[in-house]
Amino acid sequence: MTFGQALAEAVEEALAEDERVTLIGAGFGSAPLDEAREKYAARIKYPPIAELAYCGIGIGAAMCGVRPIIELSTGTFSYEAIPQIINEAAIAYSNSGGQTSVPIVFHMFHGIRGAGGVQHSGSPHPWYWNTPGLQVAVPGTPADAKGLLRWAALKSKNPTVYMNHTRLLNTRGGVPEGPFEIHFGQAEVSRSGNDVTIVACGIQVPRALEAAETLARDHGIEAEVINLRTLQPLDRVTMLGSVRKTGRAVVTDESHDNCGVAAGLAAIIADEAFTSLKAPVKRVSTMPVPVPYAEPMEDFVTARPDRIVAAVQEIVPGR
Amino acid sequence: MAVPVPAESALSLLQLMLRMRRLEEEVIHFQRDHQGLIRGHVHVYIGQEAAGAAGCSVLRKEDRLFTTHRNHAHVLAKGGDAGRILAEIIGRADGLCKGRAGTFHVADPALGILHTSAIVGGCLPLAAGAAYAAKLQGSGQATVAFFGDGAMEEGVFYETLNIAQLWQLPMIFYMENNAVLPGERSGRGSPSSEHSAEALSDIPQAFGVLTQHVDGTDAEAVLELMQDLVARSRRGEGPFFVESRTSRWPGNYGSVPSLVGGDTDISWAWDWQSAPEVVRRWEELSDPIMLYARKLLDRGALTIDRLVELDGSVREEMGHAAEFALNSPLPDAAGALEYAYA
Ligand SMILES: Cc1ncc(C[n+]2csc(CCOP(=O)(O)OP(=O)(O)O)c2C)c(N)n1
Ligand SMILES: [Mg+2]
Repeated sequence: MTFGQALAEAVEEALAEDERVTLIGAGFGSAPLDEAREKYAARIKYPPIAELAYCGIGIGAAMCGVRPIIELSTGTFSYEAIPQIINEAAIAYSNSGGQTSVPIVFHMFHGIRGAGGVQHSGSPHPWYWNTPGLQVAVPGTPADAKGLLRWAALKSKNPTVYMNHTRLLNTRGGVPEGPFEIHFGQAEVSRSGNDVTIVACGIQVPRALEAAETLARDHGIEAEVINLRTLQPLDRVTMLGSVRKTGRAVVTDESHDNCGVAAGLAAIIADEAFTSLKAPVKRVSTMPVPVPYAEPMEDFVTARPDRIVAAVQEIVPGR
Repeated sequence: MAVPVPAESALSLLQLMLRMRRLEEEVIHFQRDHQGLIRGHVHVYIGQEAAGAAGCSVLRKEDRLFTTHRNHAHVLAKGGDAGRILAEIIGRADGLCKGRAGTFHVADPALGILHTSAIVGGCLPLAAGAAYAAKLQGSGQATVAFFGDGAMEEGVFYETLNIAQLWQLPMIFYMENNAVLPGERSGRGSPSSEHSAEALSDIPQAFGVLTQHVDGTDAEAVLELMQDLVARSRRGEGPFFVESRTSRWPGNYGSVPSLVGGDTDISWAWDWQSAPEVVRRWEELSDPIMLYARKLLDRGALTIDRLVELDGSVREEMGHAAEFALNSPLPDAAGALEYAYA
């Protein structure tokens, strides 16, 4: 099934299984949700263009026993809601000494979608990963999309920023039958290999797999690909275990590099697996410039599979 | 009209509106006829031309204009080059922003359009900042912020309105309420479906801001109003708020704009009955260009022959502009890394 279908199933099942679940916004890109929108209309609100207020309203409702899923559509619109997400949702539990929890999901589409221009191509997840108190999910496969959203919407006690890449919506993959959840903090080994570890989340998972195929076919290099699924909590065990095995790591993410996801992961690897490393940890991120509109430039700055291949070749001796 | 618009000015206003229409039609042709040329969303200004044309025609080159995701025709009306606007929309090297901005963010700083945001409400405080600068510098420059009714759903609108009034900033908040029924354009007006205010124009009035309504399909009404407000803001008065009401073009109902009745046919000016059914009512009651052309024909300020000739020259200009854009090269990929810092 497609990523979009899996996402729709999770939303629909969450609404069906727990009547505390409510939606504020119900776009979800092209995810097929028409029936659910009708069936659960009483628990769905279509807000005005007022991200700051409707995110805050969701946070307040979550403090009072509702389980809101906020659909922000384009991820950069969440910048309009930063004061509520970062200054309120993230801190409430800690600040109350564990008394007030905020079980809410902020759903958004991020990334270079193709002609989004500078304001519709952003990847805000480092902002949220940089904020203690928030969970950050960045699914890479249709199964992730479903399992992670079900867990966040139905089980989690914490505020979750749930970041889908626009270009993943029509990708396909196997999804287990029936209801299932993927607990946060469980990475997946998407491909095994002994020569190098490629650490990825979201759209970088299929890109890393594509790079790994090229490396195997053209260069005889077997890469292991780790799909992190969530950044917070982070499955350090799986990631570091793979790096200790291969001794080499390329970290890739579609955010910018400064204080970005790839930078943060590389620091953890350098810190905790230093003695296993046979080469420096390499990072492949979106290049450090606001994402331009024209296709050649947009393509150029993207963390493309060929850039991942090149980064691997820098640290794996030629074959 | 207190003072009738001289025939020459009326014709140039009509011509500007036609240029705006034909520009946007070229954008839709790009999307319709060239697979992959327009890769994302585009927003066209069809149906709102009277507002942008009349509003900009009273501005000088150095005056500041801020616009939105629906910016193409505003930039043209402020004096932007059609070919370079179209080149920007398709991300070409000769675009006004070198292909980096695209349809959402067309700007022309040399013409006082310093930055275009596609974030709803994103430019409102910037416009207040430009007015603040004009006040500090005593430059007498006018500042007009065009924005949609949707921006009044965003908090930043209220914060900006409040400060603009507190600090008496010489700016014009020009709100384009673009989905009003024809019969309500000159009445109290219908708010957007997402707003609890009975009339959006009640809001600035509650802040004590001088507020005017105008039928945004009536070019001369907008002209008369903006002449007055811009003159006053040059003297340092303001802020002012305008609610400009237009009715949605039928081609704007789908997810992408589409020429549901074909290209605008200039004969609809004197014979709207011949327009295809999907657009007939709109051409009769709500197309600002047809309404104005009809008025000028009735008034004897224009003949059918002259109108047809005018339209022909506009089509020719826009045809050349489209060709210029299509022939403009794609920007160099590695140039992407330029301009992150000044
Ligand atoms: C902060 C933000 N939220 C959501 C959007 C998505 N969006 C683009 S246009 C639009 C509607 C704007 O309506 P209005 O201001 O009335 O302008 P119109 O399109 O009618 O000209 C929305 C919600 C956005 N661009 N920015
Ligand atoms: Mg509107």
